[in-house]
Amino acid sequence: MRPMPTETPPASESFKGWPPPALDPAGPFAAPLNSLTWGLLAMSAAVLAIVVIALALALFAPRAWRRRLGAERLVWIAGIALPVVVLSALLVWGLSLTHRLSEPPRPGELRIRVTGEMWWWRVAYLEASGAEAFQDANEIHIPVGRPVALELESTDVIHSLWIPRLNGKLDMIPGRRNILRIQADQPGEYGAQCAEFCGGPHALMALVVVAHAPGDFETWKARQAAPAVASPVHAAGKAVFERAGCGACHAIRGTNANGLAGPDLTHVGARRILGAGVLPNNQGTLAGWIGDSQAIKPGNRMPAYPVLTGKELRDVSAYLESLK
Amino acid sequence: MIGLAGAGLLACAEKPAAQRQVTGADPARGLALIKAEGCGACHRIPGVTWPKGAVGGALDDLPRQALIAGRFPNRPGVLIAWLRDAPAMAPDTAMPASGLTDAQARDIAAYLYASDAN
Repeated sequence: MRPMPTETPPASESFKGWPPPALDPAGPFAAPLNSLTWGLLAMSAAVLAIVVIALALALFAPRAWRRRLGAERLVWIAGIALPVVVLSALLVWGLSLTHRLSEPPRPGELRIRVTGEMWWWRVAYLEASGAEAFQDANEIHIPVGRPVALELESTDVIHSLWIPRLNGKLDMIPGRRNILRIQADQPGEYGAQCAEFCGGPHALMALVVVAHAPGDFETWKARQAAPAVASPVHAAGKAVFERAGCGACHAIRGTNANGLAGPDLTHVGARRILGAGVLPNNQGTLAGWIGDSQAIKPGNRMPAYPVLTGKELRDVSAYLESLK
Repeated sequence: MIGLAGAGLLACAEKPAAQRQVTGADPARGLALIKAEGCGACHRIPGVTWPKGAVGGALDDLPRQALIAGRFPNRPGVLIAWLRDAPAMAPDTAMPASGLTDAQARDIAAYLYASDAN
């Protein structure tokens, strides 16, 4: 029997709640942005207060006060010198907080290439040489306590990766490679969302970052790198997968399926979410997705498969769910 | 005796929905389970805003429906068994065995029967 359904909600749910994730940093790359946000907010509030007080004095204060407010010295000090000093200090502070965020990958650093596609995320784990070790989709797995360089790319339109608890948003631009560094201090799951309108189902393009304890990460990585192993119990489902031509778009390493257009399904059963964060991932939701993903995520590039019988749908979804 | 039979007839004439109640189950927990399981991948369900799947039947009218999946009488016990292991009842169905416990299936059934009141 399958274990109890987890409390893990679809990725979009992770943007709700209090404090808002963007103000609840969970790592050293999000924390400076949070400080900067509050710093700027405090600064703006102070400036607003000073301006409002000056305005009130100009309107209602005794004549002597008003004359002092109009003096040339005050204009030089409060109107020019103060803004130059404050804004320059703010610029230096801001740059010193954020300059590390987009450095190119350093030797020995963990590198993951995340490619925005309409409307999902291709996630490739890279060797130190830059060669691709294996591909996954819609989830980024990282070890805790270690910076990870995400190399952001796009093959179609501009997307933007936003993992609010781990860093600010950064665009994924066709023909460019942008570096976004993340680090999580605690194991857990961190929701993410495409933050640049990229067409129809843009709002249904979510992602989850899973931070593991270092040992667990190595275990996960070794399992993902291995080819798929299907039990003979699922031979019928595997046959449906092959007969329906799923392998034209999807790869399952260790089988004949080697399509590149859609997500790699070698370990699809191990994923937490389905359809880029639209649904929890289990046999039932896999069956629903294969049967009619257009009802679930209208406009996505996978056609509905009304040609499959109920039994075939159940078999193929059981097969995919077994690919852990 | 006649009075009893009369009462029985009267009971039959009442809305069958009155029998479609699951005692000791929690509809709110049922809805939470429906969302956690992602039943919306195939079914349109009251209270689930997205997705509204179109592979299986819409469940809005389940409390008033005579049959489950077009072939089994719509009674709590049958619905609970169906929710737990549909293929055991209908080998051709696309609906997989859910792995839900009896208590979980009862919560979901309670929600589906109560859902037209929402």
